[in-house]
Amino acid sequence: MSVLMAFTAAVLFGIGTYLLLQRKLSRLIIGLGLIGHGANIVFVTATRRGRPPLIGSGDPSAFADPLPQSLVLTAIVISFGTTALLLALAYRSWLLTADDEVSDDIDDRMVGRDSPDAEVNDAARDASGEPLSDAASEMPTDLPLDVAPGSGEVAP
Amino acid sequence: MIVILALHLVVGITVLALAGPLAARHWPLFALAGVPALATVVWLAAALPTIIDGGVRTSTTQWIPQLGLDFDLRLDGFAALMLVLVAGVGVLVVAYAARYFTHPTTRNGRLLGLLVLFGGAMTGLVLADNLLVLYGFWELTSVTSFLLIGNDHEEPEARAAALHALLVTGAGALAMLGGFIVLGRAAGTYSLSAILQDPPSGTAVTVALVLILLGAFTKSAQMPFHSWLPGAMVAPTPVSTYLHSATMVKAGVYLIARLAPVYATVDMWRPVVVTVGVVTMVGGGLRALRQHDLKLLLAYGTISQLGFMVAVFGWGTAASETAGCVMLLAHGAFKAAAFMVVGIVDHQYGTRDVRRVPRPGPGWGPAMIVAVIASASMAGVPLLFGFIAKEADFAAFVDQGAGAALALAGMVLGSVLTAAYSLRFVAGIAGRLAAPAPKPTEARQRPGHGPPTWSFVLPAAVLACASVAFGVVPRLLDGVVGAAADSLDAAVGDVHLALWHGFTVELALSAFALAGGVLLFLGRRPVGAVLALGGHLPSASRAYLRTLRGLNTVADRTTKVTQPGSLPLYLGVILLTAAVVPGILLLGGDWWPGWPHVVEVPVHVPIAAMLIVLALAASIVRRRFSGALFLGMVGYSMAGLFIIQGAPDLALTQVAIETLSTVLFVLVLRRLPDRFETAPGAARRTVRVLIATTVGAFVFLFTIAVGSIDPPTTVSDTMIEQAYPQGDGRNVVNVILVDIRGLDTLGEITVLAAAAVGTVALARAGRRPGAPAATGVRRERQPPPMPVARLVTIDVSVRIVFAAVMVGSVWLLFAGHNQPGGGFVGGIVAGAAVSLRYVAGGLPEVRRLSRGKPWLVLGSGVAISAATAIMPLLMGGAVLQTGAHTFDLPVLGEMKVTSALVFDIGVYLAVIGLALMVFESFGDDTRTLVAPEGPGPSIEQSPAAVGQEGFA
Repeated sequence: MSVLMAFTAAVLFGIGTYLLLQRKLSRLIIGLGLIGHGANIVFVTATRRGRPPLIGSGDPSAFADPLPQSLVLTAIVISFGTTALLLALAYRSWLLTADDEVSDDIDDRMVGRDSPDAEVNDAARDASGEPLSDAASEMPTDLPLDVAPGSGEVAP
Repeated sequence: MIVILALHLVVGITVLALAGPLAARHWPLFALAGVPALATVVWLAAALPTIIDGGVRTSTTQWIPQLGLDFDLRLDGFAALMLVLVAGVGVLVVAYAARYFTHPTTRNGRLLGLLVLFGGAMTGLVLADNLLVLYGFWELTSVTSFLLIGNDHEEPEARAAALHALLVTGAGALAMLGGFIVLGRAAGTYSLSAILQDPPSGTAVTVALVLILLGAFTKSAQMPFHSWLPGAMVAPTPVSTYLHSATMVKAGVYLIARLAPVYATVDMWRPVVVTVGVVTMVGGGLRALRQHDLKLLLAYGTISQLGFMVAVFGWGTAASETAGCVMLLAHGAFKAAAFMVVGIVDHQYGTRDVRRVPRPGPGWGPAMIVAVIASASMAGVPLLFGFIAKEADFAAFVDQGAGAALALAGMVLGSVLTAAYSLRFVAGIAGRLAAPAPKPTEARQRPGHGPPTWSFVLPAAVLACASVAFGVVPRLLDGVVGAAADSLDAAVGDVHLALWHGFTVELALSAFALAGGVLLFLGRRPVGAVLALGGHLPSASRAYLRTLRGLNTVADRTTKVTQPGSLPLYLGVILLTAAVVPGILLLGGDWWPGWPHVVEVPVHVPIAAMLIVLALAASIVRRRFSGALFLGMVGYSMAGLFIIQGAPDLALTQVAIETLSTVLFVLVLRRLPDRFETAPGAARRTVRVLIATTVGAFVFLFTIAVGSIDPPTTVSDTMIEQAYPQGDGRNVVNVILVDIRGLDTLGEITVLAAAAVGTVALARAGRRPGAPAATGVRRERQPPPMPVARLVTIDVSVRIVFAAVMVGSVWLLFAGHNQPGGGFVGGIVAGAAVSLRYVAGGLPEVRRLSRGKPWLVLGSGVAISAATAIMPLLMGGAVLQTGAHTFDLPVLGEMKVTSALVFDIGVYLAVIGLALMVFESFGDDTRTLVAPEGPGPSIEQSPAAVGQEGFA
């Protein structure tokens, strides 16, 4: 491992991270690709460099370390699969919105808006008191959680 | 004992399963449901002589010895007493339910099955001798209770009540589990009997006891955790009878009874337990007086009586333990009978509101007699079981000091209230509290709702008879109660229950309680006015709701902060955490090895420069496609680096992948807008740059740290040594992939398969022929048909090149074991060849390549690899064990085939399948095209077109 290659890996990671923090899927994919490359650099340069590890082609102690190579090999193929999947996402996004932008997840924000258990709250209020006694009618009925789910306005 | 538990489980599940198909056959189902409880009764009867003689039956099954978790069961006197209740009432409740549910439905069958399962859980709870096992059964009773209360799941009220019960008892049980663990660790064992033999002490144990008491109080509906029990009354009466009066709610009492003799002297125990018990007794009694619903009246009565029992057992002396045991039985008998009668009234009249229950007509005699006996026993009238119990309870507190006197005063007050609400119950059920106007109630007019049949009343009558029998001749119970109390506290000695003890203090107190109760009942109007003021007090159910809402609000706010829905934000937080947390550790550690070489080999310099420049370019360009191209060029530079590092396999794979990726990018990006839109704001960009820099800096430090580790021998050396002798391959990388770490590779191609399936699903959803477009998909943005003009020259040359590349890929596959190559590389090269065919003829051309669908190619690849991995297992070897066979082929000479090669073929096929599926996903379906007319390119004559006919 040399300072130069460590720096190169770091730069690839940094740029990849920068791209990952954007909203366009195409850029995310490129960023992920760069991070993958950065990781592969770490694997092959942090370990022993040498001759290709082919038995019979020379002194085994001069071989490059084969284990990280096999790890990287699968990583390369897997990242192709990931890229294909993400591109499919982008493609789908294009079908739906004519763009590949990842907009904020409305459902996620809905979760924070109102409780999905509003019904439970209402029913608990009805049931836990004394259905036939006068105390039940004194139950507060105007608590804010009575809003039905989905009635809250959500900004697009 | 395990057999009894298993019987409950099996029968319960059978009844649940048969509930649907056998819904119309009423009796067999109920008969079956009665079997486990009946079997328990028989087994108990057989064991009782031993138990009464002070014997104990145990059964131990090792479960998880490392956790001190043994399935210990222990039947001693007290467990036997509880079992008498659980199994005895269980049998009667099933018999009662058979009449209660006159219209057999699937829902009732399900309820029945759950009742049986609950009986098993309760039996296990009582028998468990290991704290953790006890906890398990405790939770099982909570869960079955939840399901039983919510059995009418279409009723929001039932669902809410079920949830209320589950939340309160569940929260308490969680605290109790914590207490059990602390107690178990302090004692060094989780065995309940061992802990009670040699009880640990100290602050930790006091904390543990408080936690355990929380569990007991919630389960036994002690104030202020009582509010779930009245709500639970929405369940059908058999459930209320069994769970919420006779058995489950006594689990907390059971636990207190077990612990009290040992821990009553711990500082906080008596003040806490007895106070809670007495307050609950009085409070429950006051609430019971206000109820119009007979069932709720009984529910608050149960709360009150549970408080009584908690106080009596909690006192923890020999006399009080004995008295508690009597009380447990007496309460089970009179309260279950009272509940059953309420159920009968409800069932026949359709109401249980005291203001509407009519006066009983002819034929109601037996039911009314049972009701009177039950409530008289409840009030503590002499010659009934309840009187014996109450006498014993009072006696245990007489002459015991100031604290006991105070408790006794509370209990007498509670007993006054008990007598009053017992009278109210009798009056209510006999229709004496109904509105005075003689208007005929609608209930009375309902046809076919006459008096109950004798078999409906019978189970309650059995309990009433028990109340009378044990009330008149209490010494019948000397043995059972004696054994129970003795197993709790060895100081008990022989027990002699008697009706008449002479003129004692407790007799005077009993008389006072009865008289006070009658007075209270007679003056019910002014008393009611006073009690109505109690409605303004803070109520526990309101507190429960506030807590629930508060929790929801906190959860909502937390969600709002942590889950705003922005992907960049999520990723930013994750990446920053991943960089900063280990980064701080790195900075704090003493690992710095000094700077390594700045440059290892000169040729790294141009490579690094290219990588950095190309990566920067990929991030800066504003055209999507340029970005993708730059990424591809980074990949090719990586291939260069791999060659320098001595990794030809990687270089080959990387080059092939980049080629394939470029085609893939083209296929997708051609749809998307050419350029990225406007850049983000400066502030956002600054944040991004900051995060990116942090991540980069961490990676730099981390890489230096990793590179400085130089172990003397590595696992890789062993792999190099073993590759040829063990794996029959000279290419160590390939041997690692298909042999040494073959299981990993199998996992990887499975991931690939999943990604490929996902890709096709995402890309082709809504594109199935004939299927309507998925909602929201705009039809007009479907890929427009692309007219392609095909040239014979290209078609032919592509075919030739394709054949050549495919041969090359197969060579890579077979040679890979000894030279650079292998399944991954071969497959990707083949995939690149496929892309050539796509360029020439579109999707149909690709489809012609494989007989089957692309997913079949993918799937068969994964299947072949998996089969190769499993095969040695079937032949007695280890997973992925290598086998080899040498063939003598006529032309090629000697050829050695290893199982690793077969495995690699699977990998090869899987990767080709992935490539095919990519084209299936994004490729253009040119089949829909109409061939251009006229003298254009000679489509008819082209070999591709001929082939296309065959395809179609």
